[in-house]
Amino acid sequence: MLRFILRRVLQVIPVFFGATLLVYYLVFSMSGSPIDALSGGKPISPAVVAQLTSQYHLDQPFIVQYGIYIKNLFTFNLGTSFSGRPIAAILANAFPVTARLAVFPLAIEAIFGVTFGVIAGLRKGKLFDGTVLIVSLVVIAVPTFVLGFLLQFVVGVKLGWAKPTVSSGAHWLDLTLPAVVLGLVSFAYVLRLTRTSILENMNADYVRTATAKGLSRRRVIVTHILRNSMIPVVTFLGADLGALMGGAIVTEGIFNVPGVGNTLYKAVLAGEGPMVVSIVSVLVLVFVLANLLVDLLYAWLDPRIRYA
Amino acid sequence: MRFSRTSKALGVAAVVAMALTACGGGDSTAKDNGSSGAGNPSKVITAYGGEPQNPLLPANTNEVFGGRVMDLLFSGLESYDASGKPVLEMADSIKTTDSQNYTIKIKSGQKFSDGSPITAKNFVDAWNFGALSTNAQLNSYFFESIEGYDAVSAMSKDGKTAAPTAQTMSGLKVVDDTTFTVKLSQPESDFPLRLGYTAFYPLPEAAIKDPKAYGEKPVGNGPYTLKSWQHNAELDLVPNPSYSGPRKAKNGGVTFKVYTTADAAYQDLLSDNLDVLDGIPASSIKSFQQDLGDRSIVKAYAGNATITIPSYLKAFQGEAGSLRRQAISKSINRDLIIDKIFNKTKKAAKDFTAPVIDGYSDSIPGSDVLTYDAAAAKKLWDQANAITPWDDSTFTIAYNVDGAGNKEYVDAAANQIKNSLGIKAEGKPYATFKELRNVIGKKNLTGAARAGWQGDYPSLYNFLGPLYGTGAGSNDGDYSNPKFDAKLKEGLSAKSAEEGNKAFNEAQEILFKDLPVIPLWYQSQTGGWSNNVANVDFGWNGVPLYNNITGK
Amino acid sequence: MPEKTQNINRIEHFVADLEETPLQTTDQLNEQAAPLSLWAEAWKNLRRQPLFIVSALLILLVLVVALLPGLFTHTDPTQCELINSNEGPSAGHPLGFTLQGCDVYARVILGTQASLTVGVFSTIGVLIIGGTMGAVAGYYGGWIDAVLARLGDTFFALPLILGAIVINSLPFIRENRSAWTVVGILVTLGWPQIARITRGAVIEVRNADFVIAAQSLGVSRGKALLTHVIPNSLSPVIVIATVSLGIYIVAEATLSFLGIGLPGSVMSWGNDISAAQTSLRNNPSTLLWPALALSITVLSFIMLGDAVRDALDPKARKR
Repeated sequence: MLRFILRRVLQVIPVFFGATLLVYYLVFSMSGSPIDALSGGKPISPAVVAQLTSQYHLDQPFIVQYGIYIKNLFTFNLGTSFSGRPIAAILANAFPVTARLAVFPLAIEAIFGVTFGVIAGLRKGKLFDGTVLIVSLVVIAVPTFVLGFLLQFVVGVKLGWAKPTVSSGAHWLDLTLPAVVLGLVSFAYVLRLTRTSILENMNADYVRTATAKGLSRRRVIVTHILRNSMIPVVTFLGADLGALMGGAIVTEGIFNVPGVGNTLYKAVLAGEGPMVVSIVSVLVLVFVLANLLVDLLYAWLDPRIRYA
Repeated sequence: MRFSRTSKALGVAAVVAMALTACGGGDSTAKDNGSSGAGNPSKVITAYGGEPQNPLLPANTNEVFGGRVMDLLFSGLESYDASGKPVLEMADSIKTTDSQNYTIKIKSGQKFSDGSPITAKNFVDAWNFGALSTNAQLNSYFFESIEGYDAVSAMSKDGKTAAPTAQTMSGLKVVDDTTFTVKLSQPESDFPLRLGYTAFYPLPEAAIKDPKAYGEKPVGNGPYTLKSWQHNAELDLVPNPSYSGPRKAKNGGVTFKVYTTADAAYQDLLSDNLDVLDGIPASSIKSFQQDLGDRSIVKAYAGNATITIPSYLKAFQGEAGSLRRQAISKSINRDLIIDKIFNKTKKAAKDFTAPVIDGYSDSIPGSDVLTYDAAAAKKLWDQANAITPWDDSTFTIAYNVDGAGNKEYVDAAANQIKNSLGIKAEGKPYATFKELRNVIGKKNLTGAARAGWQGDYPSLYNFLGPLYGTGAGSNDGDYSNPKFDAKLKEGLSAKSAEEGNKAFNEAQEILFKDLPVIPLWYQSQTGGWSNNVANVDFGWNGVPLYNNITGK
Repeated sequence: MPEKTQNINRIEHFVADLEETPLQTTDQLNEQAAPLSLWAEAWKNLRRQPLFIVSALLILLVLVVALLPGLFTHTDPTQCELINSNEGPSAGHPLGFTLQGCDVYARVILGTQASLTVGVFSTIGVLIIGGTMGAVAGYYGGWIDAVLARLGDTFFALPLILGAIVINSLPFIRENRSAWTVVGILVTLGWPQIARITRGAVIEVRNADFVIAAQSLGVSRGKALLTHVIPNSLSPVIVIATVSLGIYIVAEATLSFLGIGLPGSVMSWGNDISAAQTSLRNNPSTLLWPALALSITVLSFIMLGDAVRDALDPKARKR
């Protein structure tokens, strides 16, 4: 088992190089010069353009620029953003906020999605099942900006139950509204996945055996049906953790969350290669570890699954 | 409309302007909101802001969020009051006899907030630092009029690297502690008007020694000092007790909260979590006056919006091109767009500049081409087709989506062109500003493009020279007309501001014939404030006058 | 459960009395037996489900609207008069007007084609690429899994906006943007999610008794994957795919809003939903109608997914 984990952790290395190379190349091949973004449409003297171009190695071929980035990385220097701040400092500000804003909605969708999914599955075709189908439809069809705006306007402004935007510390309580918005879309996925899995396992032989054995209905549901229905849900949640760590541009914008999403968005718009790549590198690490965790959970949920 | 006059006797103007500002702000539409007098002088105002794009150095700050902070941290030779009149701050006098050689005297006994004295050398050093290309300051082109600028911004022979042949500009000379002289490479009558712009602020010696560290925590001489800067969260400014200029702080400080969208800021404003917001988001433009009542403001500022039709488009050249340009201009119902899209918060354009500027005229000969007349437009278009037929392609208006609120009005204008002229027309979105700039820079536009200009300093020339002068930095449509260039030059070398403005307005007559761009409307700033503050007004450039705001 | 008993009887009969059974009887039995193909059986089952019939009818309706919009409206949705901006319903304009003064009803009808194209073909593309990758990775494991799963991670790490901007700024695509370029973007960046779900489901099933049984009976690994593992791993994949179909249609809205989706001249629900953003407080009906059309489409596909899942599940089927 330890060897399995070690091997998986080592797989970060090729993924890291693959992803960074690809992303750096994409940023490089975006049209337009980052200097244009920096000047904001105001005139800029050609001498200053030349100076900035050589300062940020923008005149170098792609592979040289990438090489310089990787070389600096090995000395723990992520470089400087166009704003003059060290990229490492920017990441150190943004990622903790986004981490909170990933775990929070993940908890919401896991708890509510699974609970509602189980009930809907057990009462297939009944009123509750139909209601949650409608709810999940609404959540899918109404875009995030509408959900976010409505929650913010009603709960934040009209009722005054919460601050409409996140204050500078980005405390857990402040993050409630954005977490609900982020959790809602994935809630629809988790709910439907759970419901389907429950339906599938309800008629399985081991469930009949457990019931025949005289176990209480509750025990049968929780330890037998639920445990065996969790593999697709866990897979989805693992992937969603990765997606949430990448930040959410729209939700962050609505609630003014100083997270990864907007930092990444601005860096992409400005064509800041090193910044985009640094963020993606952290994300790669998160994905590989999240996937590892998911695979380990498979083995725990279903003892038939073994890893060499 | 009433307009102030800029004369060489700036000192007098300063005294008058000071008296005016003390009375609580010229022609604002904002009311005093009940609480007359000082209000609560220790209230810290929270204001809408964004993360400054660059380190806080005067010559490197070229965007609004950094600019509004710098203008509070620094005091230049002059500042601009609510109506755009220059008011002397650090300068005692700015004198010239030929619009080319200026003698600038600064007030004695002035200090930076750390106690070090401010002398003429601080100005000269700061300007030289800002102009030197190897310092890579984005505003360096502001010094291009000064003699010796070509040497500090020289390029290597292959034109690829910056290779200055001098470290300082020969046109700047320190005479004594309170006097320095500026020699321009040609006469420019509006040079004194520029001196209130961010790029011209003085810098202490420490800044030039270590600009990187200084840019994180600048020490200035303005009405406020920077207490702390929490990146991507807020900037805390507290009053500077040693400041004695016209913009003395009437509150306990200003905290700029960093927002990524104005929508979020607006929700904070509604719930009194934010005190002052400038720039109501498009989603609330129809409801903000209802939401806020007398806590809202709409105020014209020195900016405009246009549609550039590049000179290199074949269909828009020659006589047929001229007819087509007129047809496009006459096919846009500006008032209807202002009504339906902007909720009447803007004014239809009558010229190429802005009404807040000294010398503005709303009746320049030829300006009737800006009047909507669909039938006349169609007729002009058909006349053009009789000369060279339109190839039935789609007339596009390029815009960038990462700038807020472009799509709505570009789509509306395109629809009107389509309906009036019976051709295909649509907005053409570019995902990033730099992608659009790249296309414009390479002269690869296949249609028109939206454009806008916000004055750096309140002068007609600033709305004409950089945009339509041959080869000028922001001449997106690649327009060139020697007669226009000559008029600009005449205006710049004029002996008085009136004469200069006359020449500039004559230059505009040429623009009305050629229509390098189609003027749309003048900008207005929309804004609002919370229940906790009073005395809010916006300046000539649409930025709130933070120092006048008081708590309740 | 009579069917089950019959089944057991048949097997007993088959195993014990093979020699003694007359040839004709065996033949007769074979003719009467239910079709052995899982797919054919599922289809037979599906046809009888009311859920399937309702969803199929709804999808048919959406398809007709998409392919023959002229049957439903004759108003030109691109003929927009600003003077009508945000006006309510009037004669000939049953749903009122947008901010730009375009007819909402005509736009919803004509937007169906692009939105359905984006939703359906993105889902199909993602299913083909992601499903194959995930199934192969999960079933074979080892280094194949490592390579494919990590390839998925690499693509998953690509920011959607970055990928979309770059793909869109390619000269060929820049001037020829359509619903298909949006499909391309969504498939390129969306397949890892389905790949992961499929992989997880396949890992769960590959160790099931019936797969091991099949393999012990001499079924090849590849054939076991196709005939036993994949059909039994489909339900979570179907769920994700049907929900994603709606998510993709909405994603087109976001892309269009950011200027990297459909050009303004192509009508789509997404384009209209994102344009409604500024009218949210003044004229929410411009948002309501395209969102409703989207909901109905998603609903019909989710119901179809449920019906297909039920039909494929041999355990649920017998009830």
